[in-house]
Amino acid sequence: MEYIFHIFILIFIYGILAIAQNLVMGSTGLLTLGGAAFYGIGAYTAAILATKFGVNIFASLALAPILAGIIACVVGVSFARFRDDYFMLATLGFLMIFHTVVRNWEELTGGAYGIAGISKPELFNFTFQTPASFLLLALAIFLLTLGISYRISRSSFGRVLNAIREDEDALKIFGYKTSSYKLLAFTLGASLSACAGVLFASYITFIDSNFFTINESLLLWSMIILGGIGRNRGAVVGAFILIIVPEFLRFVGFPTEFAGLLRQFIYGSLLVLLMLFRPNGILGKYKL
Amino acid sequence: MKYILETKSLTKSFGGVHAVDHLSINIPQGIITGLVGPNGSGKTTLVNVLSGFSGEDEGSIVFSGVDRKKILPWENQAYGITRTFQQIRLFDQMSVLDNILVVLTERSPLAALFERHGAYHLKIAEDILKRIDLHEKKSHHAGDLSYGQRKLLEMGRVLAMNSNIILLDEPFAGLFPEMVKKIEGIILELKKEGKTIVLVEHNMAIIRNLCDHLIVMDAGKLLAEGHPEKILAEKSVLEAYLGE
Ligand SMILES: Nc1ncnc2c1ncn2[C@@H]1O[C@H](COP(=O)(O)OP(=O)(O)O)[C@@H](O)[C@H]1O
Ligand SMILES: [Mg+2]
Repeated sequence: MEYIFHIFILIFIYGILAIAQNLVMGSTGLLTLGGAAFYGIGAYTAAILATKFGVNIFASLALAPILAGIIACVVGVSFARFRDDYFMLATLGFLMIFHTVVRNWEELTGGAYGIAGISKPELFNFTFQTPASFLLLALAIFLLTLGISYRISRSSFGRVLNAIREDEDALKIFGYKTSSYKLLAFTLGASLSACAGVLFASYITFIDSNFFTINESLLLWSMIILGGIGRNRGAVVGAFILIIVPEFLRFVGFPTEFAGLLRQFIYGSLLVLLMLFRPNGILGKYKL
Repeated sequence: MKYILETKSLTKSFGGVHAVDHLSINIPQGIITGLVGPNGSGKTTLVNVLSGFSGEDEGSIVFSGVDRKKILPWENQAYGITRTFQQIRLFDQMSVLDNILVVLTERSPLAALFERHGAYHLKIAEDILKRIDLHEKKSHHAGDLSYGQRKLLEMGRVLAMNSNIILLDEPFAGLFPEMVKKIEGIILELKKEGKTIVLVEHNMAIIRNLCDHLIVMDAGKLLAEGHPEKILAEKSVLEAYLGE
């Protein structure tokens, strides 16, 4: 039972990440590899605040999105002039900078050793210690994220984001300053990813920089492409499948290292096959 | 005649090609101005520069007394200019309805995020779709429409913008006669509403039928300007076309 809880907690955390990735990449068409960095910023914020200052995880759930949002804003403003593949390279660069900082700023981040002993969230003397209680918390935050992103998709803001993905130059002359829309979408995506990071850090209680590599960003790409670009439901389905499948492989008895390799192989092949035969994803209506 | 839009020695080059070459023209207010010229004479480039879609290299554009150099593309709406594209540019993977709504709703990001666009914009959008016979297709993707319907949807977007100056780049190209009638009707209605229209068109029958004023371009330069009947009888104009 605990194992099932564990898997669902991961699904909710990655569900949040995939929804955020979908907002930035699926709805707006910004090819970002920075997903893992903002996820990591959230996780490290929670870890540092909890272990060094004893800050409650719930406080981090409020603070980390703000910090990630501010960083995304600064980064986004400087990336604003890049388009498509250049934007992608720039976000990759940002992820690499994040790694360099985390690995070398040892006093703050523990460097290569990471940070251990991260606390569980506490509310009114109740600690979300058991997997079941943490599952409920993760579910609540996942649903909140889903609600926010549905709200965004249905607002005229969401419509403008889609129009940016479709034809930014044309949209501009109809009176839209598209750069501010892109910046806001990027910032919102970063804040949501940071929430997932806080949950993750608190859930597994130990983090190091290896959790937040480009593989993680690519996994998020796979999730939204598999589920269907530009759809919140698609992002959730993609997260569900790509968490379940490798866990299932482990469950039926593949050795862990082999399961790891196989998992990479499956993601890679999935992406290639999807691009070849169903570029719109499983539930999708849109192409990038 | 009162002029609403003037260019002064406007120039736009691509490499060595002067697509628009020291062009000075005046667009009269409230009537339909035809813009004709052989292929490659710079009509689309002129529309691009006038609409802020691309910047000019030299010269200036004065719009109701305001120097357009200081106007950025997204300020178009405030300055009352809109356009259609010769190569249709719709938001293909969005619904027909959303293609109209997106040019109706709030421009500022925060307002757009918290706005409930609600009944008001929806009603306007639906009325426009009825006017261009696309109401039944409102939930189809714009990319799934036929060529003619896509041309109509671009006109729908113009209607939704409700701008004072409307630049139409070959809105009739490749359309069947009924569709041509439909769009002619819309253009005449817009004129009746007092809009200023610039119409790029090759078909002289349509030009004669719709335009009150004609500007002829050749190789980026002004070749002739005046009343359509008079201009179309001029030898230099005929030569520019025959020499094509
Ligand atoms: N983006 C561009 N890059 C290079 N050359 C261009 C571009 N756009 C237009 N031109 C050139 O500018 C000239 C005018 O083109 P255009 O404005 O499209 O003419 P028209 O609309 O009158 O047919 C042509 O010689 C064309 O090849
Ligand atoms: Mg042209």
